[in-house]
Amino acid sequence: MTDKIQIGSHELKSRLLVGTGKYRDLDETSRAIEASGADMVTMAVRRTNLGQNPNEPNLLDVISPDRYTLLPNTAGCRTADDAVRTCRLARELLDGHNLVKLEVISESRTLYPDVVETLRAARTLVEDNFEVMVYTSDDPLIATELESIGCVAVMPLGAPIGSGLGLQNPYNIREILDNLKVPVIVDAGVGTASDATVAMELGCEGVLMNTAIAEANDPVTMARAMRLAIESGRLAYEAGRMPRKRYADSSSPETGLIE
Amino acid sequence: MQVSVNGQIEEIQAQSLESFLGSKLLLGHRIAVELNGEIVPKSQFSSVMLMDGDVLEIVNAIGGG
Repeated sequence: MTDKIQIGSHELKSRLLVGTGKYRDLDETSRAIEASGADMVTMAVRRTNLGQNPNEPNLLDVISPDRYTLLPNTAGCRTADDAVRTCRLARELLDGHNLVKLEVISESRTLYPDVVETLRAARTLVEDNFEVMVYTSDDPLIATELESIGCVAVMPLGAPIGSGLGLQNPYNIREILDNLKVPVIVDAGVGTASDATVAMELGCEGVLMNTAIAEANDPVTMARAMRLAIESGRLAYEAGRMPRKRYADSSSPETGLIE
Repeated sequence: MQVSVNGQIEEIQAQSLESFLGSKLLLGHRIAVELNGEIVPKSQFSSVMLMDGDVLEIVNAIGGG
């Protein structure tokens, strides 16, 4: 097993953080999250459907706040004010739990983070005693600024949300890792297990994903694949990979051959 | 009187927030309530009276990434 990670006041055993969106039903959600081994699980805050059967199962019935560290997000928010409002509602909803995933997006085609509004919201939330894990672009300067504001984790995208394209700019992620002391977690863009491993081999503290698991043909099996991929990538990072060489280097001795 | 609840205008009798939430079968469920832009802590549901023109937002947790 790899070591634990500390995010703000929360200690996590798993470096895989997972979302709860896009599953067929709550049963599949629950089985996939279980198979992922994740301790930190994201959720969204939305208007209650007033017409619904009040006894319909709720996300928090299957993803218990007693068992998982919940990470409410501000997905869908397009202004700092909306994001701050959503975080305050989430804190009330979860009885004072002050950990949030801040994301402010600018438009629907790319869901690219609006870093101007994100910076504004981050300042307000940190001042209001939230522990902020922040979704951002892979711009190293913005990442550094978010750390200096006081965010407890900085989460650059690997590729657009839900795209499954894998890490598009590993050099920027590497640069962010070199500059920051707080955990750097790749959030968004992972498509399959090897993408998650690449992020971990770079030295990221963790990876947050949703669609790669939820939209796999078999989400529960993919959740397990991701768990192994994250652990594998982390171990490879800790072990330290061999240098790349241009030419072959024989694995068997070149002496003592029969003649 | 009229209040706005999650963007819908509703005609209701004057009552406490608690009894309004009770009428929607929401008491005891994991929700958070914002009244005119301010969070109302659960402990204050019974003491807050709804007024004509109030704007309520009632939210819960759902799946998301």
